[in-house]
Amino acid sequence: MKTRKFFRHWVDVEPILIRSAKPLEEMMSEDRPSRRSFVDWILGAGITGSLASFLYPVLKFVIPPPVAEAIELNVVAATVEELPPNTAKIFKFGRRPGLIVNTPAGELRAFDGICTHLNCTVQYREDFGQIWCACHNGLYDLSGKNISGPPPRPLPRLNVAVRGNEIVVSRES
Amino acid sequence: MAWPIRFSLVAAGLLALTVTVEGQNPRNNCIDCHRGLDDEELSQPARAAVDDVHASAGITCADCHGGDPTLEIVDEDYDPAKEPSTGFVGAPGIRDIPTFCGKCHADPAYMKRYNPNLPVDQLAQYWTSGHGKKLREGATDVAECVSCHGSHGMLAVGDPRAPVYPTKVAGTCGGCHADEEHMAPYGLPTDQMALHRESVHGRALYQEGDLSAPTCNTCHGNHGASPPGLSSVSLVCGNCHAIQREFFDESPHRAAFADLGEPECETCHGNHEVAPVTDERLGVAEGQICGECHFEDEEAYTIAKTLRQDIEELKARIAEARTTVEGAAVVGMEVSEAELILIDANQALVKARNTVHAVSVDALREQTDAGRTLADQAREIGVAALGELQFRQKGLAVSVFFILLVVIGLYLRIQQIERPPSPPHE
Amino acid sequence: MRAAATRLYHWVDERIPLSPLMEFAREKSVPSHRYSVFYFFGGATLFFFGLQVATGILLLLYYKPTAEAAFESVRFIMTEVSFGWLIRSLHSWSANLMVLCALLHMATVFFMRAYRKPREMTWWTGALLLLLSMGFGFSGYLLPWNELAFFATRVGTDMAGKTPLIGEFLSQFLRGGEDVTGATLTRFFGFHVAVLPMIATTLLLLHLLFIQRQGMSVPDSQTGEAARRPGTKFFPNYFLRELMGWAVALAILAALASLFPWELGRKADAFAPAPAGIKPEWYFLFMFQTLKYLPATIAGIEGEFVGLVFFGVAGLLWFFWPLIDRPSPEDKRSPLVTTVGVAALAFIAVMTLLGYIGY
Repeated sequence: MKTRKFFRHWVDVEPILIRSAKPLEEMMSEDRPSRRSFVDWILGAGITGSLASFLYPVLKFVIPPPVAEAIELNVVAATVEELPPNTAKIFKFGRRPGLIVNTPAGELRAFDGICTHLNCTVQYREDFGQIWCACHNGLYDLSGKNISGPPPRPLPRLNVAVRGNEIVVSRES
Repeated sequence: MAWPIRFSLVAAGLLALTVTVEGQNPRNNCIDCHRGLDDEELSQPARAAVDDVHASAGITCADCHGGDPTLEIVDEDYDPAKEPSTGFVGAPGIRDIPTFCGKCHADPAYMKRYNPNLPVDQLAQYWTSGHGKKLREGATDVAECVSCHGSHGMLAVGDPRAPVYPTKVAGTCGGCHADEEHMAPYGLPTDQMALHRESVHGRALYQEGDLSAPTCNTCHGNHGASPPGLSSVSLVCGNCHAIQREFFDESPHRAAFADLGEPECETCHGNHEVAPVTDERLGVAEGQICGECHFEDEEAYTIAKTLRQDIEELKARIAEARTTVEGAAVVGMEVSEAELILIDANQALVKARNTVHAVSVDALREQTDAGRTLADQAREIGVAALGELQFRQKGLAVSVFFILLVVIGLYLRIQQIERPPSPPHE
Repeated sequence: MRAAATRLYHWVDERIPLSPLMEFAREKSVPSHRYSVFYFFGGATLFFFGLQVATGILLLLYYKPTAEAAFESVRFIMTEVSFGWLIRSLHSWSANLMVLCALLHMATVFFMRAYRKPREMTWWTGALLLLLSMGFGFSGYLLPWNELAFFATRVGTDMAGKTPLIGEFLSQFLRGGEDVTGATLTRFFGFHVAVLPMIATTLLLLHLLFIQRQGMSVPDSQTGEAARRPGTKFFPNYFLRELMGWAVALAILAALASLFPWELGRKADAFAPAPAGIKPEWYFLFMFQTLKYLPATIAGIEGEFVGLVFFGVAGLLWFFWPLIDRPSPEDKRSPLVTTVGVAALAFIAVMTLLGYIGY
């Protein structure tokens, strides 16, 4: 079987490696009779296997993942071009949806996108100029305050910053 | 000097004072005198005037009751302050109270000076109400202005201590309407207040402090309070519950309920005792709403059953997906995408419940199908994450196997070194 | 390959004499007696320390030591980086195992009375190393910046602030301010990856140097047996055994890290109320629990202060124990050592247990 052959090949080298890595060992041990190769085989396989099972994760670890940095809840919600005044966009903010609104007056505001009534996702209504929840007609004004319908609490605000043409949203600190 | 002259001088002097200090605490003998009286009924109004909304606006006893507050009582027989010439009307009888208050409150020009936003139609509304009608017929135990607003020491409507503040209204109405003895001649039930307190609306108002939750006047009106006609009940509910109203209007129930002469929302949800809406009430089994009207041979029966089944199925799917995703999250797997999807799935469930009012399987399935797809997506992500966990455990097993191999190998090597092997047997 | 290694050896030996080292290595042997197995704990501590350094360096590739980014960076490591969960869990578990081994090592040294002349300095460097390992644990615990860590650090630095005379200074020094903030995190990070490692490495080298120079100590009761039996040669016999032990330890650690990965927790929020059941890591628990039991005042002095003084005095006794325990050469057993040691261990064990049950 291929694997055994592979290991045999290593086994031939392994004991030598062990011994030459420790010249002391070389000085102290006697010549090895062929029966010893069983122990060498075990040690060899064990050491190789262990080292492989250590090195593999470590090597994979040091190669950075596709998104190279921790997203500290600092998300690019949209670009400036895609949000003219009186429009909005729902974006992913960590584990929750967020809502970035460009108000009719041209100001950028970001909110947590989950309605405080029964957790539906809210949306912006251009015709109202307000934030609306489709589930039970909840309405929030553009400061996030719940002004009509069942929502018991305002929508939490998020921080907005513009970097170049990117609109970056982060948690209020 | 002779007393008439003395008196006139004093009076003139006082008058002069009132003229010069007009608007700055003019002399109010009514209060001064009544405050010191022994009779509780006569002294209370004067003491209550301190906190009174009218008094704060500078409206005093004479502005309502007439009389001359600048004059003092002379003796038991002669009270110039209350001479007819002063316009004194005294305390109005119960039948006269509405017009008494309406003297100002129904006068737009007058009220505008104090608060242009205050309505001035209360009196007109009152005459259309059950209370107003009964009052005109001669009843003396029905509500009029003072019953709800108080008279002396009246607080503004927006004052949380006022008897007409949202959290206080039910208690104020209940003062009569929850009193069996009082309501007996009218044949009206007296359990409304208690029922409302336990209802969803009552809980929202009293326990969660949501002032927008409906109380008596929200549905019945306040000045124009009369039992709404049958057809107007669901319109009132629909003011807040607009989406359910829309679905209902499109459903066959609307025509059916009208034909039967049954109230719309009330029939299934109750009126005062509105209980929390749960899925358990939906269906054809014992104790469930639909089964109270529809029987096995009807199409409606099948529809009701299907509605319930579909909702339960969606709930189960979402719950299963959530368990899987949470199981993965707990062991540190990245499942935020799945959590977002589950929020959307839940939204579909919420919307599905709305569509129940349309009693249409198609309308429901529009939502439940979407919800099901989302729940499945989330579940798949969770399963994949748990698969990763399996991978970890397998990796561990491999690693530990090799380490144990090393342990055994070292042990054997130690044996070899320390106990030379027996002579070779070849 | 064998030839190449030999040639390399000779090349170096011609420039820097390696033979004395070789001679030493060949001669080095470990006494063989009933309690020889306890010699194992020192090496195990060293092994775990090495693991900490390795996994710590790997974590440094991704960790961000600011209040805003720390939690997210740990989350990133746990969920996005390949095998990040493994490296992090190894690091957290190994930290605990290292402290455990250090404590066991200290306990066995104590009961075997290995600290006596001429090994006082070994004891002192060891005691300092134990304190350092607790410092590593305390500073490292804050770094993920989760709720439990935040509040545990607040409580811990509060305690430090109650030290007489220098308490105020100590508290400000540790916290980098009046309260636990991002500044504290930056400081703790600096302590954890630079200051403490530097001091620990120095002390460790001294500790190991002393041991090489003086050899292993033998308890009085075993001197006869140790003389009778030939010692175990360090290379290869004892070393192979030690490697075996380390391999077993590694397998246990890998299992713990994989089957019980370290949790992420919730991000720290300074304005949220403290969650119920905050307690420090287990190696501080006995002190924490004792302080909880003390009444508010004892004979007019603040209870906590008395507690801290008590632990301070106990600590000093422990540190200077080699000077306190002066047996006559005849002593085979020292009842004092046994009594004090057992009493202290029992106290610590009971308090730790009570801390966990939640009394």
